[in-house]
Amino acid sequence: MIEFETVSKTYPGHPAAVADFSLVVPSHSTVVLVGSSGSGKSTLLRTVNRMVEPTSGRVLIDGEDVRERDPVALRRSIGYVLQHGGLLPHRSVIDNIATVPVLNGVPKRQARTAATELLERVGLDPKVGRRYPGQLSGGQQQRVGVARALAADPNILLMDEPFGAVDPIMRRELQEELLRLQSELHKTIVFVTHDIDEAFLLGDEVVVLREGGVIAQRGTPAEILGAPADDFVRDFVGADRAERELHTTEVDGRTIAVDAAGRPVGVLAS
Amino acid sequence: MNLFLDALAWLTDPANWTGPGGIPTRVLQHLVITFAAVAAAAVVALPTGVLIGHTRKGAGVVGAIAGAARAIPTLGLLTLLGLALGIGLEAPLLALIVLAVPSVLAGAYAGVQNVSTDTTGAAKAIGMSPRQVVFQVEIPLAAPVIIGGLRAATLQVVATATLAAYTADFGLGRYLFAGLKSRDYAEMLAGALLVAVLALVLELLFAAAQRRAAGRIAATARPDDAVAPPDSPQEKELV
Repeated sequence: MIEFETVSKTYPGHPAAVADFSLVVPSHSTVVLVGSSGSGKSTLLRTVNRMVEPTSGRVLIDGEDVRERDPVALRRSIGYVLQHGGLLPHRSVIDNIATVPVLNGVPKRQARTAATELLERVGLDPKVGRRYPGQLSGGQQQRVGVARALAADPNILLMDEPFGAVDPIMRRELQEELLRLQSELHKTIVFVTHDIDEAFLLGDEVVVLREGGVIAQRGTPAEILGAPADDFVRDFVGADRAERELHTTEVDGRTIAVDAAGRPVGVLAS
Repeated sequence: MNLFLDALAWLTDPANWTGPGGIPTRVLQHLVITFAAVAAAAVVALPTGVLIGHTRKGAGVVGAIAGAARAIPTLGLLTLLGLALGIGLEAPLLALIVLAVPSVLAGAYAGVQNVSTDTTGAAKAIGMSPRQVVFQVEIPLAAPVIIGGLRAATLQVVATATLAAYTADFGLGRYLFAGLKSRDYAEMLAGALLVAVLALVLELLFAAAQRRAAGRIAATARPDDAVAPPDSPQEKELV
C-alpha cells in the first residue's frame, strides 16, 4: 500500500508543481495518474522512490515513511519503468535486466539465468538477450524495461509513461502484455500517462489530475466516464465525444452498438 | 635532399644503434618520460575531470584554467622550472605534466558530461548509488572520449618530450640538441624523424584503443550519444 499524505512540491521561482496531494494506492491494484503536462503526475510518481523529495507532506509504503529508508535500498526494492527505457547502452539486454539483482549481490550467472526467464515472460525471444539496447526497436526496449523492473521481484512498480514513445499498434500490444502480467503477478502499480484511453484500459482506479497536481476526480473508469465531476473531467475524458456516446440498434436480430456519429463499434454479446 | 640522405645514412649506421647513447636506449627513455608525464597528468586530471563531469559544476572555472594552461609556452615554463630546480629530469617532467593536463581534463569532463542524463537518471532510479553511477555507467560510456583526451595529451607530450634533453641527457631530444651544437644537421633531422615515427606509432595504438572502446558501446547508441573528441592536439612549438 502506498499513501500520499498532503504531498506538496514547489520548485523555487515556479508555481507549485504539486499541492496538498493525498491518495491511497491499495496493494495489488493498478492506479493510473492521468493528466496533461504540468499536472505534476511524474513528480508525484517520483516522490515514491525518492527521486523527488516533497517540499512538505509524506509518502508511506506499507505504513513506513519513505524518508526513513535509505534511498538506494528503497529504489532497488521498487520496479521503475521509464518512457525511453533508460536502459544502459553499453550493457547487453541480459545484463541490463540483471542489473539490480547483481547490485543486490546475486551471483552473476544466477542473475543472468533469471533474466533470460524474464525475457520470455515479457514476450521476447531469449536470443534478444545477447543484443544491445541500441539494436532493439522501441517496443522491444520497453519490454526489456519492464523485465528489468521485475527482476528483483518488487512489490511495487512505478511506470512513468512507459508506452508513450512507441507506435499505437505496439502500444496496444504492450498494454495487453501488462494486463496479462498483472493478472499473474498482482503488483501494486502506479502508472502515469496523459492518454485517458490507456488510463481506462489499465487502471483499477484512475486519478484525473489538473494543473498543479490537484485531483479533479478519482474513481473506477466506469465511475469517471459515467459521472464526470465537472467540465474539466468531462472534457478530458472526452465524455461528449461521438465515440463515447453509444446506443444500440437491431440488425438482423442482433444488437449492434453504434456511436453518436452512427459508426458501428461492436456487437452486444447475448 | 642531400641532408635527407645524410639523415638516412645516420639512421642506418650500426654505430648509432648501440651503447648508452644509441637509438634503442634513447627511444626507450623518450617513451619513459612520455608515459611518466601522461600518467602523472592522468592521476590529477582524470578524477578531477570525472568529478566535474558528474556534478556538472566547476566546468567553467576549470575550463578557463585548462585553457590558460594550454597557452603557456612549454619551453618558457621549462626554462623557469630549470632555473628553479636545476639540471635533471624534474623540470622537464613537470613542464610536460602541465602540457598534458588540459587535454586529459577536457576529455574526462566532456566525456562524462555528455553521457545522457536519461541514462544516468535511470541508473539512479533503479537503485545505483552515486559511486556505481560513476563507475558502472558514466566512465564506461565516456571511455572513448576519455581515451581521446589521453591520446591528444600523449601526442603533444611525445613531440615535446624532446625538451627533456634541455636539462638532462635523456630522450630523443638529445640528438636535436647535440646536432644543433655540432652543426650535424643530419643527426638533428634523424632525431626529428624518430620522434615523428614514435608519435605516429602511439597515435595508431590510441586510435585502435579508442575504436575498441567505442565499439563496445557500439551498435548502440542513439546519435545524440555520439560525441566528438574534445580536442585535436594543438600545434606547439617544438624547440
